[in-house]
Amino acid sequence: MDVKKLRESFPGEIHENPGGGILTGKLEDVMNWSRANSLWPLVFGTSCCAIEMMHTASARHDWSRFGFEVARATPRQADLIIIAGTIVYKMAPVLKRLYDQMADPKYVIAMGACAISGGPFFYNTYSVVKGADHVIPVDVYIPGCPPRPEALLHAMISLQEKIKSGMTREAIRCESQAMLQQ
Amino acid sequence: MSQTVDYKKVVERISEKFGVKVHSPEEPFGMLTLYTDKDSIIPLLQFLRDDEEMQFIFLTDICGVHFPNRAEKFEVVYHIHSFIHNLRVRLKVALSGEPKIPTAVNIFKSANWMERETYDFYGIIFEGHPNLKRILNVDEMTIFPMRKEYPLEDNTRSDKDDKMFGRINVNREN
Repeated sequence: MDVKKLRESFPGEIHENPGGGILTGKLEDVMNWSRANSLWPLVFGTSCCAIEMMHTASARHDWSRFGFEVARATPRQADLIIIAGTIVYKMAPVLKRLYDQMADPKYVIAMGACAISGGPFFYNTYSVVKGADHVIPVDVYIPGCPPRPEALLHAMISLQEKIKSGMTREAIRCESQAMLQQ
Repeated sequence: MSQTVDYKKVVERISEKFGVKVHSPEEPFGMLTLYTDKDSIIPLLQFLRDDEEMQFIFLTDICGVHFPNRAEKFEVVYHIHSFIHNLRVRLKVALSGEPKIPTAVNIFKSANWMERETYDFYGIIFEGHPNLKRILNVDEMTIFPMRKEYPLEDNTRSDKDDKMFGRINVNREN
């Protein structure tokens, strides 16, 4: 990343000094900025959306350009889970468990029609969960069947914007606990 | 190398050995289909596998069929393959009364999961199976979803309109 771009995107001020500079900014903003720019996805795909997800990860679209550096095969090292495909009732507890095993802060993208609502084909069958948000909370929904890699990148960049624009996860948790105690 | 084996030869060999227990050979879509009963299916599979000439050594699939309006409500279908002659044979067993049939696990190891799947979806009991429990559906499921009496779709849902999914014709007059 070139320095000029970095200066534009950094949430705070840069005071130039001879031989270097000093960065100042709100801690929350800096935390969100660093989190948003280093989201490591989990290797998780349950059907055809996963093929598009792999495509997004590989050379032509290369999500590393946006900070989604490498996909991790363990939830303990992942920040982001992309639900790429149909979630059936048998998979639902597994998905929940993976989500629980991810370390905070963690984010979720529901990719494609199946993850959003059960899908265009099997939306009403005996085995399909009618939307992954019945199992875990979702941050960004991206429609399509499957969505193109550009669409997935758009969703991921939207997630970055969402992270940068709000409070940190810790601040949200403190606030909600304070509300509960009232 | 043994001489060529074709469907005619297969039927001959089987009727030599099993007589009328294996009957009604047909060739729908170019694949030999034979009917038998549940007492003969295991010896038949064993014979076809172990016969040195035919060598049907590969069990491609086991599946079930439900005929709700027939006296013999269930059918189990076996597909076997002879690599050496590139021949496939389909064997059908109709089951009346309780849907029970002996397991083929002792002949083909691959039958294990196929029989579990057939049990999972049709509730057909494979007697002697070492681990007959659900394989694809959740363990808590109380029904056998491919039986005709269970609706394929959840009828309680109203937010999804059939029009949006191309099930009724909206572009033309019927």
